[in-house]
Amino acid sequence: MPYDDAELFEYLLRLGDTNVVMAQRLGEWIGHGPILEEDIALANVGLDLLGQGRLWLRYAGEIEARFRGTGRTEDELAFLRDGSGFRNLLLAEQPNGDFAQTMARQFYFDVWHLLLLRALCCSVDQRIAEIAAKAVKEATYHVERSTGWVLRLGDGTDESHTRMQRAVEGLWMYTGEMFAADPLEQELAAAQVIADVRLLREPWLATIRNVLDEATLTLPHGEWMQGAGTRGGKQGVHTEHLGHLLTEMQFLQRAYPGAVW
Amino acid sequence: MNRPNIGSANPAEQDVPGPVSTAPNLAAVWEALAAVPDPEVPVVSVVELGLIRHVAWEDRELVVHLTTTYSGCPAAEMIRKLIYEQLAALGVAHVKLVTKLAPAWSTDWIAPEAKPKLRAYGIAPPHLTAARIDVTGISPLRRGNVSVPCPLCGSSRTSLLSQFGSTACKAQYRCDSCLEPFDYFKPH
Repeated sequence: MPYDDAELFEYLLRLGDTNVVMAQRLGEWIGHGPILEEDIALANVGLDLLGQGRLWLRYAGEIEARFRGTGRTEDELAFLRDGSGFRNLLLAEQPNGDFAQTMARQFYFDVWHLLLLRALCCSVDQRIAEIAAKAVKEATYHVERSTGWVLRLGDGTDESHTRMQRAVEGLWMYTGEMFAADPLEQELAAAQVIADVRLLREPWLATIRNVLDEATLTLPHGEWMQGAGTRGGKQGVHTEHLGHLLTEMQFLQRAYPGAVW
Repeated sequence: MNRPNIGSANPAEQDVPGPVSTAPNLAAVWEALAAVPDPEVPVVSVVELGLIRHVAWEDRELVVHLTTTYSGCPAAEMIRKLIYEQLAALGVAHVKLVTKLAPAWSTDWIAPEAKPKLRAYGIAPPHLTAARIDVTGISPLRRGNVSVPCPLCGSSRTSLLSQFGSTACKAQYRCDSCLEPFDYFKPH
């Protein structure tokens, strides 16, 4: 099935924006982590995601140049687009909340991310396959870490259990979007450029269920999912939280256009 | 570091008039690169870490292929700068430094001679080959900590504090014998 560069560009924004927004959220923890080791770990996971996000956005800019004549740089894409131009998952932009909420968000995301990257390693698009092959090694450590925290907090004290249960429930409705393939993704998947995310739901759910069981947590059962149709973060329709995140993330370039180190 | 007279080391350049140092031979280039320290772990060089993948002359331009450890490594820009400076000091006028994504960097590429240097610096080197790390599956639950010997006292009674240490490529451990915390270069 044919696809064009405009569609590929759009999809690369989904990958890049999700990474960058997630990295920004993790960066918000710097100086506020519960203990020094975790403060550092949150920043390091964020750094990995930022590095991967830069690779995706740089590639997006190159593709944009191919069909539009000029392409934006990774910085222009990250710092000079408005909220409605962002294509990240709604899950990524959800606020940090307490440490349990941050780790629940990370856990849902990391397991999905690892499955996705493993599949993207087989993309017929060589660049996508190369970026995924590099990122998949990093994502493996992310999954180990967030899984460990879900277990420790879920199967911990009454307080940590209550908070972790509340966190996995509160974020549940944002998980459906990760497995929703709109026509654009279906087309790219048919061309074997990307993975069909619908196929990732079952292995994702199996892992989530195992870990939550082991953590003495209850798997949320809500059926209704935010943004799982064709109007969610991937199409530029966001929750109220993204705008606030961007005001901080983009402040410097908006206030002092072109500022460099 | 004192450089040998590298211009004359290349016989092909013997009859080239003018500044002979503009195209040092590849052995001299590798030697110069081997003196570029990793900014985060200055006891090892970028060559020992396996970051330099390829060096070749293409016409009058020196092409160097570089890879990064982790995609977000904040030292990457600094490493590029150090390489440019080092090659400029060697007299290379035209350098093309290409960052390569594939194949993805692995700790298996760290030179054996770098490992004692890392240990002496207080960092436990990776002690598993990366190929044995399962990157294809979801990690097993509550898996036991891998035993990482303490680089300071050698004890194998150590425990993992965090999967991430002072940089993304390292984890934080604590020695249960000498009680010192230390970094562990994760197999990757």
